[in-house]
Amino acid sequence: MIDRSAVGTGPEPVTVTVERGRLQFFGRVLGATGGVFVDPAAARAAGHPDLPVPPTFLFGLDIESAPDLLSAIGVDLSHVLHVEQGFTYHRTVHAGDRLTFAPVITDVYSRQGGALEFVVRDTSVTDAAGEPVAELHQVIAVRRPVPDKESA
Amino acid sequence: MTEFRLSTAEVGTELPELPEQHITRTLLALFAGASGDHNPIHIDSDAARAAGLDDVIAHGMLSMALLGRLLTTWVPVGDLLSFRVRFSAPTPVHARLRCTGVVKAVEEAAGPHGAERRARLGVTVRIVDGPPTVRGDALVRLPELHGAPS
Repeated sequence: MIDRSAVGTGPEPVTVTVERGRLQFFGRVLGATGGVFVDPAAARAAGHPDLPVPPTFLFGLDIESAPDLLSAIGVDLSHVLHVEQGFTYHRTVHAGDRLTFAPVITDVYSRQGGALEFVVRDTSVTDAAGEPVAELHQVIAVRRPVPDKESA
Repeated sequence: MTEFRLSTAEVGTELPELPEQHITRTLLALFAGASGDHNPIHIDSDAARAAGLDDVIAHGMLSMALLGRLLTTWVPVGDLLSFRVRFSAPTPVHARLRCTGVVKAVEEAAGPHGAERRARLGVTVRIVDGPPTVRGDALVRLPELHGAPS
């Protein structure tokens, strides 16, 4: 069972700097050979101060900001299914920006007689001035391991 | 392909598809590093089998990132207001994926600088010859239409 008392709690917010090289790596892995997400000159030509962050990039910074959040409440990562992911954007993030991630476990519930447990995590992202940048909404399902018939 | 313009698109207009995406083990390893999602069920066959899977499966966020690439091919990233998906089926290694998008609605809304036009786009990833794996939608700001539509 996942610890229900975790609802409403979250780790200390973490502040990170968005790295240009990491953005270029992310862009190239997804197939970009040029353009605003990997080429600083193209980004500036499009009116950006530096490389902009692609739509889903903040997800990785969010999970890195709290790598033990799930295991701390009793989730086995090998049995996790990502069910839902959402982003609400307030402004474009660029390489060099300092962002603060504040994740909170907002719900834990079970379905199918407890065979599946769900964990909802909402993270607000703010900039160095404390202004809202984005919100992330994540739902994961945790499969309860089926008892091994051979050893039963 | 450069002929496509979202600003004049109507409900039902389909976005030009991304090239078919092949899910290789190399792509999964690189995406783990780039995205920060190091769950071994995406990169280590032994760990995947220990978790009851036949082999490694792709990160859900890889499919969502590909949809993000589809969106930003046609929408300046600063005009993306929200983006959400549901993951409905796992993506096995070696799958080939099709990433598609369609205009679901065009509407006027109050933005921070007055009224603006927005489009709601439905986006889908499906395995070639297989089921859809990801469905969702994105809300985007459309550029002002200058003058009479031509």
